[in-house]
Amino acid sequence: MLDWISANPRIFWTAVENHLWLSGVALLAVMLIALPLGLALTRHRSLANSAIAIVNILRTVPSLALLVIMLPVLGTGFLPSVVALTLYGLPALLLNTYTGLTEVDRDIVEAARGQGLSDVQVMTRIEIPLALPVIFAGIRTAAVQVVSAATLAAFIGGGGLGELITAGMANFNFPQLIAGAVAVALLALLVEIGFASVERVMTRSARMGA
Amino acid sequence: MIRLENVSKLFAGIARAAVDSLDLSVPEGRTCVLIGPSGCGKTTTMRMVNRLIEPSSGRIIVEGEDVTQADPVLLRRRIGYVIQQVGLFPHMTIAENVATVPKLLGWPAEKIRSRSEEMLALVGLEPAQFLSRYPRHLSGGQRQRVGVARALAADPPVMLMDEPFGAVDPVVRGRLQEEFVAILRRLKKTVIFVTHDIDEAIRMGDVVAIMKDGRLVQYDTPDRLLAAPADAFVADFVGADAALRRLSLVSAADAVEEGAPESSDLRLPASANLRNVLSALLTEGRDGATIVDDESRPLGRITLAAIRARSAGRPAEP
Ligand SMILES: Nc1ncnc2c1ncn2[C@@H]1O[C@H](COP(=O)(O)OP(=O)(O)O)[C@@H](O)[C@H]1O
Ligand SMILES: [Mg+2]
Repeated sequence: MLDWISANPRIFWTAVENHLWLSGVALLAVMLIALPLGLALTRHRSLANSAIAIVNILRTVPSLALLVIMLPVLGTGFLPSVVALTLYGLPALLLNTYTGLTEVDRDIVEAARGQGLSDVQVMTRIEIPLALPVIFAGIRTAAVQVVSAATLAAFIGGGGLGELITAGMANFNFPQLIAGAVAVALLALLVEIGFASVERVMTRSARMGA
Repeated sequence: MIRLENVSKLFAGIARAAVDSLDLSVPEGRTCVLIGPSGCGKTTTMRMVNRLIEPSSGRIIVEGEDVTQADPVLLRRRIGYVIQQVGLFPHMTIAENVATVPKLLGWPAEKIRSRSEEMLALVGLEPAQFLSRYPRHLSGGQRQRVGVARALAADPPVMLMDEPFGAVDPVVRGRLQEEFVAILRRLKKTVIFVTHDIDEAIRMGDVVAIMKDGRLVQYDTPDRLLAAPADAFVADFVGADAALRRLSLVSAADAVEEGAPESSDLRLPASANLRNVLSALLTEGRDGATIVDDESRPLGRITLAAIRARSAGRPAEP
């Protein structure tokens, strides 16, 4: 495997780079959509129930199916892959953002309003900081999901480490196949560990004085 | 001064008014206790004063200003607010919690710091020890002290307190009642204080408003409430112990009569109330007590007969 990588460094690192781009852009899109949407849903509880029902259905669609469904709609390549990955990562963060915010103790919010914090101040100074650990856990879950699922982008020409796997299988090139698989696994693990340690630091400073 | 004029609140989809044509006036610097069974509209009444709930009709005047004309957020910064669940912000230190309103009002940092220290000392918490702690490190009683310090920090003329001592154990509750009634009187705050505990009501209140089904049933001094309940509901609410509760409103120092100490007398401190005196006399089987000051000098006597006469007496007109 390492022999294959040192023999084909360009192919390998291009695949890694593509993979990171795919996942990074998709994760950014997930955050840009899920964070404000989750926040908005807490202000419109009637909408929230139907939105959550839809998101729960979305969550049961397998990642490969999502990618293939994108095929006739958006064609092949980078963009359709990002769209599919975004849809795939969205539920985890949206649900965590929504539940994190709604689970903030109502008495604390009530006390904050009673002291004279405006609606925006209640949100930025009380609700969001208190929901942050749950929201961040959602970002971590979404990140790991997206990084793992990005492997499948190779099926619709989106590039990434999945290409090493599909090519390796097609050509019976086992070192190449293993290089792709191990790299994806390592990447997902790194993302998990990285986010988890940031989360620990954050939770400590949020619950301060532990 | 707080005045409610013909205030009603109807919640959407509920036929019966939660608060029904309420008239209530709390004089400057006085504490009015709202009391009544659960669901009678106490919390709703209080929350209309700082516009956490909008009245359906009627007028509410705070410090001469019609609150419905005020910006609700700015209004709340001028009204101290304490709730049973305290609602301290768990991600902020005690110092930051107490500084909430001064910070919203844009006070300079130095003034905020000295004010926070002053407030903690006022509510009986050592500033050096508590300012940098987090709420979860405090006991229930200490948290409620911080809750009151936070509400008092910007020196609002008016305070709203919704069952503030409801969640602390009876011993701590008694101590908090005693301390805070003194603080609120000394600072001359105009207070609406909600409780469902009649003993707390007569201890904390200059005036007591008894509510039932959203209506005001009786509005009187604690003594008059106990001595002359307006109807069977109030009589039932103040309880069979009303006579004893009345005695507890009178301190021994205020009830002493001229007279040389007798050899059979008990010696009791001036800080006792008449209920304590009666109980001690009955327990010891005596007819009278000599009341003494802090240095054990006799101030006068209180006899069983005098207590009986006082108990039969009419309450003072308000
Ligand atoms: N937000 C609300 N929506 C509908 N009904 C309410 C609401 N808040 C209170 N009520 C009703 O109004 C009545 C008075 O409630 P409340 O003021 O909380 O009583 P108390 O504080 O005396 O226990 C109760 O019947 C309660 O169920
Ligand atoms: Mg209540």
